[in-house]
Amino acid sequence: MTNKIWVFIEQFKGAIQPASLEALGAARTLGDGVTALLLGQGVGALAQAVIAHGADEVLVADDATLADFRAEPYAALVAKLAQEHKPDVLLAAATTAGRDLSATVAVELNTGVIADVIGLKLVDGKVQAVKPVYAGKLLSDVTFAKDGLQLVTLRPRAFPKPEPDPARTGVVTSVAPVLAEDAISVKVVDYAIEQGQVSLTDAKIIVSGGRGVGGPEGFAPIRELAQTLGGAVGASRAAVDAGWIPYAHQVGQTGKTVSPDLYIAVGISGSIQHQAGMRSSKTIVAINKDPEAPIFKLARYGIVGDLFKYVPALTAEFKKRLGK
Amino acid sequence: MNIVACVKQTPDSAAKITVENGKVTWDAAPVLNPWDEYTVEEAIRLKEKHGGKVTALCLGPETAKEALKTCIAMGCDEAILLSDPAFEGSDALATAYLLAQAIQKIGAVDLVLCGKQAIDGDTGLVPMALARLLDWSPISYTMHLEVDPASRTLKATRLLEQGKQMVTAKLPAVIGTVKEINEPRYPSFMGIRKASKANIPTWGAADVGADPAKAGVAGSATKWPAIYPPPAREGAVEIIEGTPEEAAAKLVDRLIADKVI
Repeated sequence: MTNKIWVFIEQFKGAIQPASLEALGAARTLGDGVTALLLGQGVGALAQAVIAHGADEVLVADDATLADFRAEPYAALVAKLAQEHKPDVLLAAATTAGRDLSATVAVELNTGVIADVIGLKLVDGKVQAVKPVYAGKLLSDVTFAKDGLQLVTLRPRAFPKPEPDPARTGVVTSVAPVLAEDAISVKVVDYAIEQGQVSLTDAKIIVSGGRGVGGPEGFAPIRELAQTLGGAVGASRAAVDAGWIPYAHQVGQTGKTVSPDLYIAVGISGSIQHQAGMRSSKTIVAINKDPEAPIFKLARYGIVGDLFKYVPALTAEFKKRLGK
Repeated sequence: MNIVACVKQTPDSAAKITVENGKVTWDAAPVLNPWDEYTVEEAIRLKEKHGGKVTALCLGPETAKEALKTCIAMGCDEAILLSDPAFEGSDALATAYLLAQAIQKIGAVDLVLCGKQAIDGDTGLVPMALARLLDWSPISYTMHLEVDPASRTLKATRLLEQGKQMVTAKLPAVIGTVKEINEPRYPSFMGIRKASKANIPTWGAADVGADPAKAGVAGSATKWPAIYPPPAREGAVEIIEGTPEEAAAKLVDRLIADKVI
């Protein structure tokens, strides 16, 4: 039996979000015949990239009402398409948009959602997923108890991003929106986008500072190391609460959950709450003057010493090796 | 303004969580879900600005009344516990259904506020499922909110991965809040006294007209057959010694050899 796997492709101002490509890669491990849903305005040109990353069919809805992700028109259309075509599984990224879409479509179709999944397989057409609970302190196996569409959101960076194959071919089909503008309550008025920032949840490398950096100026060597590595700057709650760096950088239970390839924790003791946000990082390096700091229990490599001496030395060494 | 703040009782974020034979326990008293503190604060601020009342609404066991007492101590006017053996084991969508039934019973509600997610299940699904069930304006990840009761409209700033998005919508609405929206107050002495004397009603399935087929385990489309600790990280930490220059060179060697860089 072949399973119909659908993937919601999230685009923001015409850029496909990386976690959607990871979802395409995950879809291909579940079965052949992957259909991608591409909604937006002027997004038709993105269909080829979606096919190159693993889709066999792309349903494109191109309309002014779909220019920005909004739960109402997006969910109405996705639910209608799912009712018509009856896919077995719909994957989306566990982003703000993916979570809103899945929750809304689930109500429309009277089904459930398995959210923020880090492991996924299909057994006899039924999803078997693994998701972190209690902020990653525990894992849970989750399955669907009823028949119907199996809606699953995938944690960003938990699944590998597939290499594009420009030779892949697929079918592109146009579909029409369901809701007219006057039937949509929420209107997008404006954006304030920070340019040049590396998104923490998509970052391959994160350098984070904690209480040990001692003040706002203590983040300078952290920023320099992150910049050298093309990574993002993170922070512990202690540093954010002290006002040294904005909350947007906070990693942890009440901040962002990240899974980079490399997480360098600088002057961070590693509270349970901080660990909750970064424990799924692939390789953890800890730099701390306290050899008893709990962060060393998670770390693969540790340096016990003064961060203001060791971090600049590390930056210099990376610059030398990376030819920068 | 008639406002409902939906809250949950969860383990303390600092608690050590253990699981034995599939049963999860923790070593500290449960608390009001940390994300919900912001939503309760925002509800109280809106009431202080526009008048009206705030009702805190919680689905959970009888012991979850402690979380509702925290809401009253902070300044909520009333609290209702949704509790019934038939509700046990509800997943996020079944939870949203029960909250929607209760909100319809409360009646004439203008605004529902929810925290971003609960720190135990971590699904973040309830606010938008609730909005769809009520067929109200859905506004998630809200970091700034202005309500105009006269024109029955609102302006919100939402925090997305890419930055801030400004939206407008009509009331009634369901708002999911994030931490940036405010700084929650501590319960006042008078508030704590009021909470200790508060009579918190418990509503069951019959009270909210809940269809048993849509509640609890029977009403949940998802189930979680096993819950367990994550695998321990492989290998102990390797402490790299030497002068800053020596240690930096050794560490970069290791990261390159491991293909991390």
